[in-house]
Amino acid sequence: MLWCALLSMPFMGIKGGAYLFVGLCVTYSVFILLTHTFGKIRKPVIPANTTLLTVLLIIPAVAFPLLAGDYYTDVAVLAGIYIILALGVNVVIGFSGLLHLGFAAFYGLGAYSNALLTTVFGLGFWSALPLTLVLTSIAGFLLAFPALRLRGDYLAIVTLGFGEIIRLVLNNWDSVTRGPNGISNIPAPFIAGFELGGLIFYYYLVSGFVFIAAFVVKRVHRSRTGRAWLAIREDETAAEAMGINTRKYKFMALSFGAFWAGLAGALFASKMHFVSPESFTFMESVFIVCMIILGGIASVPGVIFGSLILVFLPEVLREFQLYRMLALGAGLVLMMIFRPEGLVKKGYKHDS
Amino acid sequence: MLKLENIHTSYGHIEAVRGTNLEIRKGEIVSLIGSNGAGKSTTLMTISGILRPVKGKVIFEGREIQGLSPHKIVSMGVSQVPEGRRIFPKLTVRENLEMGAYLKGKGQRAKGKGSGVKGQEARGKGEDTSRGDSRIALAEQLDHIFNLFPVLKERQKQLGGTLSGGEQQMLAIGRALMSGPELLLLDEPSLGLAPIIVIKIFKTIRELNAGGLTILLVEQNAKAALRLAHRGYVIESGRVTREGIGKELLDDPAIKRAYLGE
Repeated sequence: MLWCALLSMPFMGIKGGAYLFVGLCVTYSVFILLTHTFGKIRKPVIPANTTLLTVLLIIPAVAFPLLAGDYYTDVAVLAGIYIILALGVNVVIGFSGLLHLGFAAFYGLGAYSNALLTTVFGLGFWSALPLTLVLTSIAGFLLAFPALRLRGDYLAIVTLGFGEIIRLVLNNWDSVTRGPNGISNIPAPFIAGFELGGLIFYYYLVSGFVFIAAFVVKRVHRSRTGRAWLAIREDETAAEAMGINTRKYKFMALSFGAFWAGLAGALFASKMHFVSPESFTFMESVFIVCMIILGGIASVPGVIFGSLILVFLPEVLREFQLYRMLALGAGLVLMMIFRPEGLVKKGYKHDS
Repeated sequence: MLKLENIHTSYGHIEAVRGTNLEIRKGEIVSLIGSNGAGKSTTLMTISGILRPVKGKVIFEGREIQGLSPHKIVSMGVSQVPEGRRIFPKLTVRENLEMGAYLKGKGQRAKGKGSGVKGQEARGKGEDTSRGDSRIALAEQLDHIFNLFPVLKERQKQLGGTLSGGEQQMLAIGRALMSGPELLLLDEPSLGLAPIIVIKIFKTIRELNAGGLTILLVEQNAKAALRLAHRGYVIESGRVTREGIGKELLDDPAIKRAYLGE
């Protein structure tokens, strides 16, 4: 409670300060609630519960666009795209412990591949999508060659540089990417000959992909591959001594992560009908890393939760423009002090 | 079983091992002793494939294995307990041990048989080993480790990082045994442990050897290591300068002066 009061004090003078205070208090209560519920779950959730939980989540997810207005549905679509992106980054940073700070590049590659394939080559969304996914996965694989000779901080710097290279290429390769002007008129997906450009359609499309992504990522996390990633994250040298082919699994992590980032990018391009290099800056990479840290690193529900908060909160607090970033920053710092493991705490769990 | 022929290994321009020859016969405990920076750990890491030799051959069971990647060498039956233990601190004791059996889940090590560690028979069944069978093999292997180190059984749900140094060393050894090796490489198991724990660890090493496991022990604690070993090698600035029966080396006046403080 104390920090809420502290945080809101400077704003008390401004218009709407009271709203902000209430908003923060509510956030804080939700936080405490989650800490107490999620934090105490130590035993693996039994399958029946998971199914129940999923069903309970599906109902509001399906009903959401019908109840909320267009504006919030729009925000929800964006949140969905970020969830897919964050799940991909989580594979690399959360599961495998490879601090990758250039993920906006794969996101951008996905978006631009989709944009170029649909506008220049005249492909439809559905035929461009697999190509886009293959392209971004290959990009992830190729980056792994130079990057995986490095560990820790050095890897972070190289990937950061890679992110910038992609952005600069997008910005300057005028003949292909049209530079800072970006690519516009990206068509919406067609199903059975009908153009499906409506907001609600995008909402269900993205939600569908979110469910697929969450499911697949979770399954892979519990597989042998997931276990190898875990060993690499915990201690690479020891993992090697255990007989784990660390190179192979690091390649897999980067390609797999890039795959989801590419999917998020393709959805983004199709939803916005427009892409420009501005959307794929370093800040974007930082934003995604914030999502997984806030939600709970290496936890699939945590990552989803973190993405939702970080997309919705700034929208809800839009009235406070400048201060919302301040609140966000302060929130993250406090998180690091009081709950460094993220809102949803989760380690590696057995299925037994 | 294992033979090193004229091994040279460098870190950049610095040659840490220059022309080491070494042989380990089946069923032996061989100790490799030497002072800091003599090249003991480098030799070990060259065997396990973490480092590549610039020159020379590593021959295991008649096959040249230098230059193979570590996971291939582990799957051939050479398991390493790394220096400083390197257990996974945020995983539980049980998860640490299971990680040690990583390669077994695949049924990859189907060829190996007749080695020292119990519970390996299940593995001999070959590639048709179903998931259920490998689970049973895993459980047997775990039981075997828990018999060897009862304290690990008591603490199986505890995080690896919360164990004491001695327990961590036991965990590291147990984890290395999970892959069912035929040759165990131990890198300074006595490092940073209380003398009473060291005695216990060395006793376990002897037991493992009595069970048929071949062991290469790299140690600074020369006295204890030579007493335990069938044969010993003394390494100085990257070269083997002495070799012989463990007890003979113990009585050698030059070695006494240099390593045993007499």
